[in-house]
Formats: sequence, C-alpha cells, structure tokens
Amino acid sequence: MDRRGWAPVACAVPMPRAVHLRDAVALAGRFPALAGANLAVDSGEVVVLTGPNGAGKTSLLRACAGLLAVTRGEAVVLGCDLRRDRSSVRRQVGMLGHSSALYDDLTVTENVRFAVRAAGGRAEAVGPALERLGLVGRVARTSAGRLSQGQRRRVALAVLAARRPELWLLDEPHAGLDAGARSLLGEMVREAVAGGAAVLLASHELEVSEPLADRVVQMSGGRVVAQTRAGLSTEKRVPKLLPGLRAGGGAHVA
Amino acid sequence: MWRDALAVAGKDLRIEMRSRVLLNQVMPFALMVLVLFAFALGPSRGPMVDAAAGLFWVALLFAAVLGVQRSAAVESGEAGRDGLRMSGLDPAGIFLGKTVALCVELVALEVLLSLGVVLFYGAHVRSAGLMVAACVAGTAGLAAVGSLYGTLASGLRVSETLLPFLLLPVVAPVLLAGTRAWQAALGTGPGGGSEPWVELLVIFAAVYLALGVVIYGPLLEAS
Repeated sequence: MDRRGWAPVACAVPMPRAVHLRDAVALAGRFPALAGANLAVDSGEVVVLTGPNGAGKTSLLRACAGLLAVTRGEAVVLGCDLRRDRSSVRRQVGMLGHSSALYDDLTVTENVRFAVRAAGGRAEAVGPALERLGLVGRVARTSAGRLSQGQRRRVALAVLAARRPELWLLDEPHAGLDAGARSLLGEMVREAVAGGAAVLLASHELEVSEPLADRVVQMSGGRVVAQTRAGLSTEKRVPKLLPGLRAGGGAHVA
Repeated sequence: MWRDALAVAGKDLRIEMRSRVLLNQVMPFALMVLVLFAFALGPSRGPMVDAAAGLFWVALLFAAVLGVQRSAAVESGEAGRDGLRMSGLDPAGIFLGKTVALCVELVALEVLLSLGVVLFYGAHVRSAGLMVAACVAGTAGLAAVGSLYGTLASGLRVSETLLPFLLLPVVAPVLLAGTRAWQAALGTGPGGGSEPWVELLVIFAAVYLALGVVIYGPLLEAS
C-alpha cells in the first residue's frame, strides 16, 4: 500500500531495475511509435536518449509514463507491468513534457500545491521547491497564464522537486531555460539519482545533457540502436552497435 | 477518492472565480435566452406563464452546455490531459470533483434563471420545495452527464460543435422531468402528480453518477 492507501496490484513484479523494456511495441494510431525497443535503466542511473526527430524518444518516455500503451513485448517500470496496468505507475513517475501542464488561471503557488497534493506529496515541500526554482515573491502569486515559457518550465520543475518521484522522465528539459535554470536542473538531476531515483532524459542538446548522463542511448525508427558510455567527447564517441542489431532494427540493451 | 474529489472541485471553482466565465458569459447568455423567448411569446402573459417551466429548463440546458465546455477546456490539449492522467488522482475522484464544481455553477445559474422566470414571465411559485427538489436532482444528473461527455468530447477534434450534439439528446429526460415537476410547482401544465418526475430525475442522477465513477478512468485514458 502506498501513502494514499491504494494497493499497487499490478506493481508487484519483482524488478530491481527502474525501467525494463524488451521488444516493446507501442502504436500511435497505426504508426509504430516504438517498434521493438529494448532498454534497461537502473535506479540511481541517468540515461540520455538521443536521435533524430521521430526516432521515438518522446514515445519511449510516454510509454514509460504509462501514457502510451505498449501492445507487444515487455514493459515493466518501477515494478509495474505496464501491459497489465499502465496507470498505477504514474504516482511514482514525474514527467516534464514539451509543454507544461499548468492551469493558466491558477497562480504559480496554487499550481504546484495542487500537483503535489494530487500526487499525495507533502504540502511542506511546496515552499522550498518554489524557493529553489526562484519562484518567490510576486512571481509566486502570478497566474501561470502570464508566465514566459521559461518560467512555466521552472514551475514544472518545482512540481518535480516537490514531488520527488522515483523515475524522472525529462523531454528536452533544457529547452527554454536560461543558464541559471539549466545549472539548477543539473543539480536536481544529480540529487535525484543520489537519492536512488532513475532519470531518463531525451535531448538533442548533448553538450548540456551528456555531462549528467551515465549512458547515452541512440534511438532510430522507434528502436534503440546503439549506446555509449557517457563522458567521452563527441569526437571520440563511437556508437557501439548493440549485439543482435539488424539493419535498421532494434537491439537489447542491458 | 473523496479527498481527490475535493481537490479537483476546489481547483475548478477557483479557476472559475478567477476567469469569471460563468459570471461574464454563461449567466448573461442564459438570461438572454429567457428574454428572447419572452419576446417570441409576448406580449400577453398567458403563454409566457404556461411556457415558463419548459423555458427555464431549456435555458438551463443551453447554458449548461457552455459550462460543460468550459469545464472540459480547462483540461484540454495533450498537455492538459496528460497532466490529469499523470497527476496521480483517482479517476473517480476527478469525475466527482468536476461534477461537484459543475453542480455549484449550475445552482448559481438556476437561482438567476428562477428569478428571471418570475420577473420576466410573471410566474407564481406555488411549491418552492418541489422546485428546489427538481433542481437538486436535475442538477446532479446534468453535471454528471456533462462531466462524462465533456471529457469524451475534449479528446476529439471539433469538440465544441460535437459536445451539444452528443449531450442534448442524452439529457432529454432531465428536460422532460424537470419541466413537468416545475409545471406542478408553478401550477401550470397538464396537472397530475409531480413525484414520478422527481423520482425520474433522482434515478437519472444516480445512474449517471454511478456510471461516471466506474467508467471515467477508461474514458480519460481513451480521450
């Protein structure tokens, strides 16, 4: 039972890994957004997803959040079998998408308070989270509809900071953030993994995301096609084609 | 579930208080409908008094469609729907919360429309208790159906035009039973007992409230 009193029926799969995808297929309409993706992410690990537009990075994040149904293969996130129940995992997952899901007519503080309360988080965590993201004073009392894109991003990050999810799914998290906020995001990611959370981060900006990463995973055509150990310079990094990779096909990453 | 419902209802009502869509747009629209019907039926009072009960419920239904659209629009867009799904809230709690917020807004509308019916149409109230009973049951049913169909339509393109098309036929029993109960309360119409009509409103509300609690989760996933 979690702190809200719900029994995680479909989350009883014994799984030491935060994310386990094996030959996962997910459809967006008729289009295979994930076409046999294989990925394993451990707790306390930061994995950066990279690849061209349409490679399946966002779809993979949405599948891990239970927002996109995995129709074939295996998909277990935080011990929850997403093939059986894809909603139970969401209470433990925090997602920062392309656009921030904020209520324009509520103030910054009200938005964060509602999101934290909804997730069963502690109300006392709201103040420090807002303060950390620089959302204090007049900004905290401003309607979300009046914020700039970067400020909205900060509010969404404040929700994550206050909720402290076990799995962070960040889709282009650096977009729209200024240098200070980017640095803060880096700190938050490091703190989250130090606390045992796993972070899956989709990004085109490898120069800012790779320093945070333990691994960089390359996606193409809805599949994971290569992975590299993070920390190598871009020039030196030679993507390691994964064993079992077929031409244009997927591969198992473990 | 109830804690989540309270949180969602509080959030929706706070948004309404800030945006004032009900006050600035829906209420004037509802009053305008009453006034236009008065122009169409006037100037003699007889037809207006006879039609008062039906026109109250017709005006309420039209205004309710706007209220439902607004309630659904708050969570619209992919980010909004994803945000609601990712929120961790119990879907049944979301449904009940949105229904409660809609109920509060509809009650405010009903108070205004009741005054309008008395002032514009010269209707005399014989049984205020019956009117209130019909309104309470009818409002719960309308709000429950509105929350369900608002969410259903919000995931579709052309949801603005589709919602009335989907919603109005479903709430026809509310229009019929509400009108008959109000006719009895105003002493107009064909006569006969009002109890069956109030019972129909109660059953309608109970069915859709129960249905919403059960199917709102799958509906939210599919929308």
